[in-house]
This record gives sequence, structure tokens and C-alpha cells, in this order.
Amino acid sequence: MTTETKYRVIGTRPLRPDGVDKVTGRAIYGADVVLPRMAHGKVLRSPHPHARIISIDTSAAEKVKGVLAVISGRDMPDVTGSVAGGEGGDINMRYASNNVMAHGKALYEGHAVAAVVATSPHIASEALKLITVEYEVLPPVIDVRKAMEANAPILLDDLRTDSGGVKSESASNIAAHLVAEEGDVEKGFAAAAVVVEHEFTFQTVHQGYIEPHACTAEWRSDGQITVWCSTQGSFAVRQQVAAILKHPISQVKVVPTEIGGGFGGKIPVYLEPVAAMLSHKAQRPVRMVMDRTEVLMATGPTPGAYIKVKMGADADGKITAAQGYLAYEAGAYPDSFIGAGMLCLFAPYKLTNVKIDGFDVVVNKPSSTAYRAPGAPIAAFACETVLDEIAEKLGMDSLAIRELNSAVEGDWRAFAPPFTRIGALECVQAAIASDHWNTPLVKEGADGKKRGRGAARGYWGNWDGVSSAIGRLNPDGTVSLLEGSTDIGGSRASIAMMFAEAFGVEYAQVHPSVVDTDTVDYNDVTGGSRTTFGTGYAVYKLAKKMQGEIVEKLAEIWEVAADAITIDGSCYSSNGHSATITQLAKLFEEHGVHINASITAKGNNTSGAFATHIVDVEVDAETGKVEILRYTAVQDAGTAIHPSYVEGQMQGGVAQGIGWALNEGYFYDANCKLKNATLLDYRMPTALDIPPIETIIVEVPQPTHPYGVRGVGEVPIVPPTAAIANAIYDAVGVRLHALPMSPSNVWEALESK
Amino acid sequence: MATQIVSGKTAITATINGETRDWLCEPRQTLLEVLRDTLGLTGSKEGCSNGNCGACNVIMDGRLVNTCCVLAVEADETEITTVEGLATPDGLSTLQANFIEGAGLQCGFCTPGFLVSTKALLDKNPNPTDEEIRWWLAGNLCRCTGYDKILSAIKKTIAETNAS
Repeated sequence: MTTETKYRVIGTRPLRPDGVDKVTGRAIYGADVVLPRMAHGKVLRSPHPHARIISIDTSAAEKVKGVLAVISGRDMPDVTGSVAGGEGGDINMRYASNNVMAHGKALYEGHAVAAVVATSPHIASEALKLITVEYEVLPPVIDVRKAMEANAPILLDDLRTDSGGVKSESASNIAAHLVAEEGDVEKGFAAAAVVVEHEFTFQTVHQGYIEPHACTAEWRSDGQITVWCSTQGSFAVRQQVAAILKHPISQVKVVPTEIGGGFGGKIPVYLEPVAAMLSHKAQRPVRMVMDRTEVLMATGPTPGAYIKVKMGADADGKITAAQGYLAYEAGAYPDSFIGAGMLCLFAPYKLTNVKIDGFDVVVNKPSSTAYRAPGAPIAAFACETVLDEIAEKLGMDSLAIRELNSAVEGDWRAFAPPFTRIGALECVQAAIASDHWNTPLVKEGADGKKRGRGAARGYWGNWDGVSSAIGRLNPDGTVSLLEGSTDIGGSRASIAMMFAEAFGVEYAQVHPSVVDTDTVDYNDVTGGSRTTFGTGYAVYKLAKKMQGEIVEKLAEIWEVAADAITIDGSCYSSNGHSATITQLAKLFEEHGVHINASITAKGNNTSGAFATHIVDVEVDAETGKVEILRYTAVQDAGTAIHPSYVEGQMQGGVAQGIGWALNEGYFYDANCKLKNATLLDYRMPTALDIPPIETIIVEVPQPTHPYGVRGVGEVPIVPPTAAIANAIYDAVGVRLHALPMSPSNVWEALESK
Repeated sequence: MATQIVSGKTAITATINGETRDWLCEPRQTLLEVLRDTLGLTGSKEGCSNGNCGACNVIMDGRLVNTCCVLAVEADETEITTVEGLATPDGLSTLQANFIEGAGLQCGFCTPGFLVSTKALLDKNPNPTDEEIRWWLAGNLCRCTGYDKILSAIKKTIAETNAS
């Protein structure tokens, strides 16, 4: 469905510049950095989900041959204040500091309580066992509703509930109560012919990036700290390390390595400040690498939640009212992306009567962080399954009710101005017109297994943020493009394409690099689906700035007025003179002229992205196992810069959504201990679990971007869980109100039908 | 046998990517640790440490192994192919080129394991069905791509190999 070729470079599928390094093993990721005299750090973690730390005795560990230093919370500075955390709002640095190394209390199983640096990782691991920690074990609470009860164990003594700026008098696990409201829901429900209401529960799931967290830090005797690490945001690491260590930010340099997946989970720091402090004590560079169990136990999963959704529609299927109650588990410290969940809950629909209550609640689980469209997939699960039930009760087609009620430009959304031009309706219509939707499903497999089809929609707001880049015209006519955005899955290519388009050169003439925090100006994290949008906007402006500089210098050399020079692609002409960029580069070299420019720019993302998904499933009634037979994802990309990587984001988001729908979840025992912290037991989808994923790219350009980019990374994870639930209902007639829809849960639902 | 004890460490000799390599290692060290930290072959990645993700895959005496689950001392007198051994001085293998061209990678961290694992499959079975490819690759986790473009890159490689 890609529109006519309006562009030279945009919409083509060139090879990514980092491809060769990544297929030959040469690319350097977080754990691949090696420095002379490098030592190795390891973390001791709390075995208790909630405990007061009475004392820590490190003396025996310090005596081990090869151990260079041992630290605990008392070695870390007491910090206050906050730093900009990007999309999720500011990061409270005291909480961030306490999360990387517990001060006073351990708030979840796996919480760091001490760390050792030694000449080998094995020695460091052995020394950890010699550290004696005396704990006063406290009662834990890991369920959001229990944590909200008046007599619940309190995690953070200083935490007060913030309700619209008013703080509660006594300590509470509820960090915030947010409300979004429009119209009159009671009136809306009174006007409804059908009202459906359900409660939903969701387990904690993990981002599941294949590369565990890893970093190397060197704190030199002159106070300069350099951190090499796998991160979604080198400047975010610089800010957090400086704040947690109370160190001048100008003396912290972050060198981003290649990043082996993040999905939001590599925005907070975990190891970096600890490695720097160990380096300070040991006077050596220190590398720290988590193992998978540490990743699952101690790094940001996505919140578990309790959600209640009520929706009503009139006899024609028009939604008359929608109400939501969302309580999200922030984990040990506040901020569960509850606001984003509330924004996304009903966003695909035109609503005049709506009320949403959201609660951000701390529990004794790892401090949650962003996971691809954070907060949105579980909200969409609730809304989209309830709407499906309304359609069924009214005898309506499930995509027809979605088309009828689709949000369009000018419609209300929570916490943000009304939508500008969006492709919400276009996505539903493309789904309705798709081969998948128009191919009848044989409702029973050859072996008697029931088959069903479901659809669902999703929204993600997308973020703009600040991006910086530097461009240098080389004497051979190529451009070195230095970027601050870490490349998490092909953005070097898409950014270079937009630069090439704007600068009038070929893609092959642009050489992009992701550089460190001392080289390029401030750049927000790679997150919020913002990189292709925001950094693309920055390099567009950079290209225009460089063209301006070229014209200025050329006017001097050609002795013509600057405004008499015209630019046509890569060709500059005036008054009988004419030269391509490559010829000009030589000319400038001869004249000792250098074309360099830098840019810091913030785009304005006004609307976000929508998706509509269709799935066919087959349910084995004897085992409860659900198999995905066919999957189609429709998404508005605004403009698909590099269609292969747009499709890749859509397919990857769907695969994660399938995992979330069918398998993934944290399993806790009666003592609130995590029982599945390995990749054997935390089972993510394999190539056998995921069918070919068909993609339909809709292009409704974002009005505020020079190339109409919307950002594509996150929204594809939003619809899958609901689409699959709706398909399961279509197959076997049971509505599931919890995730994962694992064989045992589906089987139980079938048994109690 | 070349094995001998030298100050608590064992001397090992293996052929890695066609080159004879000797090293001293402790009995507790995994082959993955030695490849990465002793021999500088950091293309093999550690994703799970217990044989579930396949990011550390190498071919050892013709068998696909997870090097996080192989002790380095077990590699004595074996022949090993790592991701670093897939390209030649003349260029990338067809499989590598097709991974890049077909966007068979996003973050690239699992890619070495997928490439090595696929080579092991195609060495044994040059014309696998889709189901056989998916079955074989079920030991390699990718969290970015949804596997679709990985499968396409492999199928294109098979078609091109058959045509040549």
C-alpha cells in the first residue's frame, strides 16, 4: 500500500551500514569492551523481597586473593532531586540510587545490596558468598490490589499518594491517583442499549532483550569517569551516573556500544554507577555483566496490573460511554507508566463520555520500566475484548464496530490535545479490505481442533524529544554523519536515508556513526518510537543548514550573490557555474574551506500511531494450547522510510505480543519469590511459535514532520494480546480476562465453561 | 593428548576457524568464556548462560553446540567454527549477505548464533523445509524480528545455493 514514489531515497531498502559488523561478529556490544588492567565486578543481591538491612560485613570477602574492593549502600552518596528521564517523566534520583544499591531496605528479591570487584569474574563471584548480610525480614506485598489495602506493608515510608497535586497525609503504597474525564459517563451508560463490564488481571512480563545488561567504567584519578555501555540513551546514562555519584556531569563521558535489544529496558542504569564506584575504589577499569537470572530478577519488567473496563453502546453500535479503572504495579519505586496506559486505553475510539481512574502502586517486585508502548498492551486487552463482546451482543462485525467508532482528527484523548491528522480509520479500513479478513476461515482443523479469528486495535502516542547530529562534508563528496541516537535496530540506515534525501545525495554517500556524549550535543533516549521521527527531523534540518553553508562559501568562491545560487538535488548552479556536491567537495578542499555543521532540534509529534491486527488461531481443547495460524498487522507508519525495518518493527512487536498473550509471565511462590528466572522457564516465543507475519503499511503522513514520519516501533505490540483473546473466543466460546492465555489457563476456562 | 597441567590450568589445543589455537584454562571455564575472553572471539554472545538462547552457538566437530554449556577443557583437539569463521577474505558468505539484505537482523546480538546454527543445518541438510528450519532454529531466540525475515533470508540462501 506504499504510495507513489515521491522521494529518491525514502521508501527504498538500502543495506544498513552496520550490517557487515553484525554478521561477522565484529560489532562491539556491552560485554565486548576490553581495557588494559580491566577488573570484574559482581553484585550480591537480596534473597528477600522485603527486608531491612541491619548490617553488612564485607571483611571476609575483602581478604580473598584477587579481590580489589567491596562496596555496599553506605559507599554510595545520599542523593536527592531528579533528572530528565525522557518519555516517562523525571527520574527521582534518590529512588534510582537506592535501586542500583539498596540503602537501608531491600525492596525486591534480587535488589543489589553489595558489590565486589576482583581480578577475575570467578573470584568476584566466590567473594560474594563471603559477605554476611543481616536482614530483618519484613512481610512482602506483590499484588497491586493487596498493596492498595489500608493495612498493607508499606514499602517506602516517605511515599504519599499524589492526587492531582494533593498529597495524602499518611504513607501509602499508592504513589499517584490520576483521573482523565470528558463528558458524563452516567448519562452515557444510561443511553446504552448494551453495557459490558469486566475485570482483568495481568502478570509481570519482561522485555526479554537477548543481551544482558553490561558496562565497563573507568574512574580516573583526575576525576574523569568514562562509561562504555549498552544503552538506549548515552546522555540519560551520563545524567544518571553523575547524579547518583554526585559527580560533575562534565566529568562523565558515556560511550555507547552496540545494543543487543532494549525495548525500553535499557533506559535506566543498573550497573553503571556501581562499576564506576568499584573502579574508583580499585583504581582500575571495571567491567560488569549481568547473567540472565539477574536480568529477570532485578531489571525493569513491565507492570503487572488490575484493570476494570466498562463500555456501553447504542443499538447501532455507537459507543455511548467508556469507563476504566487501572491499577499498575510500579515495582519497588513509583512510575508504572500509568499515564500512558490511561492515554492508550480508549484512544482508538471517538468518545464523548469517558472517565478513567489510574493508580500507580509500589509492590515488592523489581522497579518496572518501559517495555515497548509501556502501559498500553494490557489496557488495549481490556478495551478491545470488551468492545468485541459488545459487537457480538449487537450482532455486529467486529471490525465494523471499530470502523464506526474510530477516532479521527479533532477527537478527544486523555492527557493530550485532541488528535491532529491520524491514520486510525485508514488502518481499520485497510484491515477490512485485507486478503486475510476476506479469506473465509475453516472453523475446524482436520483433527477437530477449533479455529477462530479475532481482531483488535492499538494506539501509541509516540514521542518527539531532542536530537543532535553533526555533519561533515568530506573531500570525496561523502558526508560523515555523527548521531547521538543509539541504533537499536536499523536507525543508522533510516536516518542516513533522510539526510541523503534532504541533502540531495545518494544513500551511499552518507556515513553514519553513533558517537559518545563528548562528541555530539545532547540527545534524548532511543525510546517512545522517536528516533526515526526526531533524529530524522534533526538531520533534515542539518542537511538544510549544510546546504546553506555550501551556498555561502560557494558565493564567495564563484563571486556571485548567495541568493543567485540554485540547488537541484546534489547540483549547485549560478550564472554559468554548475557543480555537483562531489565536485564542490574538491573545490572546497582546494580553497581550504570546510563544511561542518551541527544541529540540536526538537520535533513536534502531535498525534502518534495506530494499528489494527487480525489473527487466526487454533485451540486444542484437550490441552488448552493455542496455535497461531495466520497473522496480519496493519499500521500507519506516516511515511515508511526504510520499509524493511518498518515491517521488521511490526513483526517484532507482534512476536512479543504473541509471547505476552500465550506464554510469558512471572511466577511467584507463596513467599513472593520468583520461580522462573531463566530463559527455560520464562519462555519467550521461538521460530516454531510464530507464523509468518503479514504486514500492511498504511501511510498517512504526520503533518508536523518534513517527511511525514510517525514512528513505528511500539504500537505493533499493543493489539496482539486482545486480537488473540478475541480469536480464542471465536474458536471455543470462552472469554479470557487474564494473561497469559497459557495452555493451563485456557484449559481451565474451557473446563469451567 | 596435548592435555597437561600447568600451575592449576590445563593446556588445550583446538583448530578454530582453520587456525590452531592453544590456551591455558581453568577446569571451570566454559568454552564461551575462553572464546570471548582468552581468544578474543567476542562474536559468540552470552545471552542466558544455560543453553536456552543459542547466542553462543558454534560448530564443534560438525555438531552445533551451546558454548555456555561446554567446558573449555572439552574442546581439546576439536575443530571449531565460530561466526568469525563464516566470511572469507573475498567477502561474506551468501547467508551473511542475505541476512543484511533481507533485514534478517535488528539489534544483531542473536545474529551470530542464528548464522552458525543455520550453517550447521545447511551443512547437514541443504534443502530443509520451512518446518525443518523452524524446528532447527527453535534453539535460537530472537526478540527483535519475529523470525519472519530470518526465515526469508535463509530460504533465499537455499534457493541461491541451489541455482548456482
